[in-house]
Amino acid sequence: MSEVSSRPGAAASPGPLQHHFADLKQQKAAASLGMWVFIAQEVLFFGGLFATYTVYRMTYPEAFSAGSQHLSWKIGFFNTLVLIASSLTMAMGVHSAALGRAKRIVAWLLATIFLGSLFLGVKYFEYEEKIAPCFGLGAGPGCLVPGERFDASVLHVAVDMAPQTQIFYSLYFAMTGLHALHMIIGIPIILWIAHAAWRGRYSAEWHTPVEIVGLYWHFVDIIWIFLFPLLYLIGTH
Amino acid sequence: MNQGTEAKAMTPEANTLPKEHYLNAGYGWKSWLLTTDHKRIAILYLVSISVMFVLGGLYAALIRWNLLVPDGSHMSAETYNRVFTAHGVIMIFFFLIPSIPVTLGNFLIPLMIGARDLAFPRINLLSWYVYVIGAAFTLYSLFSGGLDTGWTFYTPYSTVFAQSNVAFAAIGIFIAGFSSILTGLNFIVTIHTMRAPGMTWFRLPLFVWAHYATAIIQILGTPVVAITILLVALERLFHFGFFDPARGGDPILFQHLFWFYSHPAVYIMILPSMGVISELITCFSRKRIFGYSFIAMSSMAIAVIGFLIWAHHMFVSGMSVYSAMIFSALTYLVAIPSAVKVFNWTATMFRGSISWETPMMYVFGFIGLFLIGGLTGLFLGNLGTDVHLTDTYFVVAHFHYIMVGGAIMGYLGGIHFWWPKIFGRTYSEWWGRISAVLIFVGFNMTFLPQFLLGYLGMPRRYHAYPEEFQVLNVLSTAGALILGIGYLFPSLYLVYSMVKGEPAGNNPWGARGLEWETTSPPPAHNFERTPVVEDEAYAYDKAPREAFGV
Amino acid sequence: MSDHIVSWKVYVAVFLALGVLTVLTVVAASYDFGRLNLILALGIAITKATLVVLYFMHARYAGGLTGIVIAAAAAFFFILVFLTLSDYTTRSWSLTGY
Repeated sequence: MSEVSSRPGAAASPGPLQHHFADLKQQKAAASLGMWVFIAQEVLFFGGLFATYTVYRMTYPEAFSAGSQHLSWKIGFFNTLVLIASSLTMAMGVHSAALGRAKRIVAWLLATIFLGSLFLGVKYFEYEEKIAPCFGLGAGPGCLVPGERFDASVLHVAVDMAPQTQIFYSLYFAMTGLHALHMIIGIPIILWIAHAAWRGRYSAEWHTPVEIVGLYWHFVDIIWIFLFPLLYLIGTH
Repeated sequence: MNQGTEAKAMTPEANTLPKEHYLNAGYGWKSWLLTTDHKRIAILYLVSISVMFVLGGLYAALIRWNLLVPDGSHMSAETYNRVFTAHGVIMIFFFLIPSIPVTLGNFLIPLMIGARDLAFPRINLLSWYVYVIGAAFTLYSLFSGGLDTGWTFYTPYSTVFAQSNVAFAAIGIFIAGFSSILTGLNFIVTIHTMRAPGMTWFRLPLFVWAHYATAIIQILGTPVVAITILLVALERLFHFGFFDPARGGDPILFQHLFWFYSHPAVYIMILPSMGVISELITCFSRKRIFGYSFIAMSSMAIAVIGFLIWAHHMFVSGMSVYSAMIFSALTYLVAIPSAVKVFNWTATMFRGSISWETPMMYVFGFIGLFLIGGLTGLFLGNLGTDVHLTDTYFVVAHFHYIMVGGAIMGYLGGIHFWWPKIFGRTYSEWWGRISAVLIFVGFNMTFLPQFLLGYLGMPRRYHAYPEEFQVLNVLSTAGALILGIGYLFPSLYLVYSMVKGEPAGNNPWGARGLEWETTSPPPAHNFERTPVVEDEAYAYDKAPREAFGV
Repeated sequence: MSDHIVSWKVYVAVFLALGVLTVLTVVAASYDFGRLNLILALGIAITKATLVVLYFMHARYAGGLTGIVIAAAAAFFFILVFLTLSDYTTRSWSLTGY
């Protein structure tokens, strides 16, 4: 009895409308605003890192330039293209949802997942090259993880500048790591939405979940749009 | 009191509890732990933050016990550091910041705007679980090695030198931050999209406005401290070098990032409390609140200006003096909206029909204590006097006047005001008033001496002090004992009233607002039919409307 | 949230613009313009982000509230950066001499 009385709308309309909303329009407005507010929160979450980056880049421009020169801009460039392509496929997924074409939503979302995974795979090899030398006996040359085993010799910098390059790599790992974490969280959610689309849950009238996961994915893309020049392209290449 | 009898006379059938309400809508642990009803989640939170309040209070008692004797021989310096850190961390992150929003805000915002629930009921439940997990991490740290950094986690002490369990506590606070963010997100979306027909923005109760402003701070401030605390954990666990001077890192940058949130966090504590005061003062003055839009907008102004003044915590840190001048000047700005509120509250009471029920006692306490706390804040925002007063007991006294004298007075006032709505039963008015007086007296006795101690130069966070400070310290400890007893009484008579209290009726105070137009306790879906709002807020010149939920 | 449906061609055009701007930012970084390098890099990144927000994220077709949320997030981020920099840019200034 309690279940029924606490959800008066549940029995009447088994559709996507949740019991505490008056209509789908209100439910859409709430979901969309909720994701935008969440993104505002994300801006400040990454904002703390960008502020830290700003202060240290201003203070140690040479160390940042030296650290950046060692990153491969080609890999960064490739990954940037992969990620904006994934944004395109995501936008097409939302577009298909607005037109009510369920099968196409699934295809576009799977393409997005593929491109996202490609990005993460490239990122994995990029990380491995910097992390692998840190393991094993003694500090291997080329270990770029900040800490005792950090080896600045591959960066070709003056001895007194070497510690400061650790700050660059601290920021590199924190910023790209947090970005990658957002993608790792995003991919299963997209998969879940794709599954729901496959089961015909979305229509031209109700596809807000597709829209808001799209907002999230595009936001993650925007973070990378800033990370690429700020981390990979300092100093003249 | 006469208002209560008047309300009863108007609705003679009010003396029974409604047959169905949210408390008896389901039984068993699942009906609570898996609930998505905002009212039940508010109760879950009420229980959790009460536990944390008791725990934080016990640590406070240990602090005052140690400071009874000048040589601080009751505990070692290391133990003392862990005790005051535990007190600060528990009280700030796990009691004060959540306090009013997660209990009264959660319970009342949907009722006040005529909605069936918050916009995202499952996220609301998730926020409680996130809070509990964060608390578990932090408590584990406090009980296994402790935490001795102070609640502020200043680097490089926290990242390099501290011999305590910093990482676990940091992760716990990181997690708890997301609970706060999710609550703020829910409130913003709910207030924007779920208002009942006729509930325009300028008809919203000021409690809702205050929570809207609070939610803005929660959304835009909390993530910065979350990432900052995460960087501390990364530096501690993996020796990253964000704030390490040996590698060119700047510990003062940590302070900037930390206070960017942690100064506005004070307004997360005080704004909801101000919202409560606005509701109570107009009800017990029987008069429409004076300067409604000014109070609403001053909440928004406080939320924004609160973000411009953080570095006044850092004047002696080694930051730029020129920058400090800017922050000092900006700090004075926040006095303006705060004063606007106090003037409007006093103007509301002017020629009002004031009555002295328990909630109103807390209002009087709030206004006096907040005034002292706010004005002493100006001493500390002033660059010159701050150099003398920094890190003394003057600071401790100042922020306790704001956080305890302000935030907790508002919290208790609000709990007493809406208790009959939440549980449908009344409590003993006599015990209520006695407790309010005890808390007021005990609080002042605890913290007024600390202003003097600080002015005389007693530094905070030391376990021992020169002998000439003993009299004032003993006075402070004695006051803390009275304060503790004052807090004990409500926990007894309120719990008693849950079981044995008289049924309160829908509107025991004769108050205005949609939450009083449904039953006490409200039904699971809040209103039988969606209410339509026809009046401005606080129409105390008109008779209360017929109830919707009956 | 409006259900404004944009032609798929708009999305492809935005994607191509993003690609061109990415190439442009790499090319710009290969020349030494001094301080201008950072300004160029940030200018291009902001342009790209604006394109994504306006078209991929439909902010252009959404209501004013979405704009307010975006503006608030940006404004508070700038408060964080600028007021923090007010410390770092003036810390070395002399207290006594001019």
